[in-house]
Amino acid sequence: MSRITACFAKLAETNRQALIPFVTAGDPEPGITVELMHAMVKAGADIVELGVPFSDPMADGPVIQRASERALEHNVSLHDVLAMVKSFRQTNNDTPVVLMGYLNPIEAMGYEAFAENAANAGVDGALTVDLPPEEAQGLVAELKARNVDPIFLLAPTSNAGRIASVDALAGGFIYYVSLKGVTGAANLDIDSVKSKLAEIREISKLPLGVGFGVREPADAANLASIADAVIVGSTLVKIVEANAAQPDKIPGIISETLSKFRYAMDNAA
Amino acid sequence: MPKDAVKIDSHNSDFDELLNLPDEGGHFGPYGGCYAAETLMAPIDELREAYEHYRNDPDFMAEMDSDFSQFVGRPSPLYHAERWSKSIGGAQIYFKREDLNHTGAHKVNNTVGQALLAKRMGKTRIIAETGAGQHGVATATVCARMGLDCVIYMGSEDIKRQMINVFRMKLLGAEVIGVESGSKTLKDALNEAMRDWVTNVDDTFYIIGTVAGPHPYPAMVRDFQSIIGREAREQALEQTGKLPAALVACVGGGSNAMGLFYPFIGDHEVELIGVEAAGDGLETGRHAAPLNAGRPGVLHGNRTYLMETDSGQIIETHSVSAGLDYPGVGPEHAWLKDCGRAQYAAATDIEALDAFHEVTRTEGIMPALETSHALAHTKKIARDYDKDAMIIVSLSGRGDKDIHTVAAHEGIEI
Repeated sequence: MSRITACFAKLAETNRQALIPFVTAGDPEPGITVELMHAMVKAGADIVELGVPFSDPMADGPVIQRASERALEHNVSLHDVLAMVKSFRQTNNDTPVVLMGYLNPIEAMGYEAFAENAANAGVDGALTVDLPPEEAQGLVAELKARNVDPIFLLAPTSNAGRIASVDALAGGFIYYVSLKGVTGAANLDIDSVKSKLAEIREISKLPLGVGFGVREPADAANLASIADAVIVGSTLVKIVEANAAQPDKIPGIISETLSKFRYAMDNAA
Repeated sequence: MPKDAVKIDSHNSDFDELLNLPDEGGHFGPYGGCYAAETLMAPIDELREAYEHYRNDPDFMAEMDSDFSQFVGRPSPLYHAERWSKSIGGAQIYFKREDLNHTGAHKVNNTVGQALLAKRMGKTRIIAETGAGQHGVATATVCARMGLDCVIYMGSEDIKRQMINVFRMKLLGAEVIGVESGSKTLKDALNEAMRDWVTNVDDTFYIIGTVAGPHPYPAMVRDFQSIIGREAREQALEQTGKLPAALVACVGGGSNAMGLFYPFIGDHEVELIGVEAAGDGLETGRHAAPLNAGRPGVLHGNRTYLMETDSGQIIETHSVSAGLDYPGVGPEHAWLKDCGRAQYAAATDIEALDAFHEVTRTEGIMPALETSHALAHTKKIARDYDKDAMIIVSLSGRGDKDIHTVAAHEGIEI
């Protein structure tokens, strides 16, 4: 059983939902990332999602694009991100780590080498934003052979056929994009998320995480009542950005914010 | 498929098979495909189905033909550049005069086609990216005519280089949004347009300006631009009774080249030569020539040759011509290169500027700086052909938009 599957099984026993914070690896500087990962776990993160910096993050909004640009100023590569995960694993062998990024850095490394290096570093899942199921067979086979879960996105516009083709390849959990737009966009519509999740559950047995547009602890609490996991991204990355001049303070401030999300989720009606 | 699998034996490929591409998933060999975020897959599917339907609809095709002749001014002439041919002293060089199209470049062939498609699909809002501004102007033009809302994304660096085209777009009623992210050029404008599309999928149609992007764009744009090659082939036979020895076209994304090449792919004796922007020189790394000096990767929805670092980050390109300043290239070109059906050369900024002046003074035709790259390479190779051989150059656009750039290179302030 993969760490991600084990994590969701354990949460289900106590009827809790996973809190998944997202930060971009190497933002604002590479030295802070591993410490930040540990701090987020302490503050209540069940799974840590690390963004792999890319020069052309088409599906992300300006907040996460700037995070990529800050990391790339330090030349943070996919190779470096894997080294960060390896370092994190020296003292944490339980918390699943998911990489989220774009296909081209993986293409540059090669599918087999990436899957091998990711598994060796202790990566549990890989979400490749611009790799829909139509093109994903090759990479998915390499990942699954090494027990790394291929995480896929579903969107409000995904029809039953697309949900089924994602379900056929996906592992770990499915990441549902709560709105039409890029990361960091506004207006979470809980009712429409709820009905779409119900539609997905008719086709897939995988746990469902919801991200995009989760700004306030109250949003996370609302989602916790209908989803299996809540992903908080741009809200945290904004905090990193605001404190980029003092990286040492970032783990503390992020922890404080994340604990509020944790509290709200665990005490939702 | 990982890039190490992208190896083929060029001698074994059957060029006729190239005419049946792409496959159902939009693949040209290992290139092309549909590498888009899930959030875009529904609108892409909708577009693909609509295009499959209307490309076989005689009513739609008749409407497009009528716009080509009445609004664009087609057919464009195939012009014998006699004086220039003579001064070089080799093959007879002919220009396919896409510069004489309405709006001054080949770009309008594609925007007419896509805007008509948008209208049939019930979309009321058009978005587009632009580099040199030619595609933006061509898009704004058809939107003005059809009464469609129009938003153009343009890198802020390009806006500085192409003020005249920015103003033209605004006069045509388009909103021009400057893109400040990344390198602030064409690729960033494309990123921003995709973000807009993701956010406004219901009423918005994205008119991509070149033969790149997720399937069906590379095939659809090629089909709309193929009017260039179909006309040129007929005109060549009519004027000279034979097919050309070679076709030469500049390649940024590669839409004018693909439009000229495609109807000739089955004519195995006709050489297809694309010319990329070598910028300061291929050896300097400051260029925009992925087919010459890049490697395969995935960007903007398709697998193709890219300018990238060893770790897969896209790098900034350089060219005197904003329209060629793009780190990728259409996937069909990537496959034509690997198969050996087409060759891809490169011309530097200086070579292009020289050709610009030479053709302007010799033929009374002021070519766009993009086009000047094709002319520069033609000059290099024309002497290798007999005097009765014919080379067709895609005169893809006119140079009025570039006079500030040309002047600046000569230290002249206008």
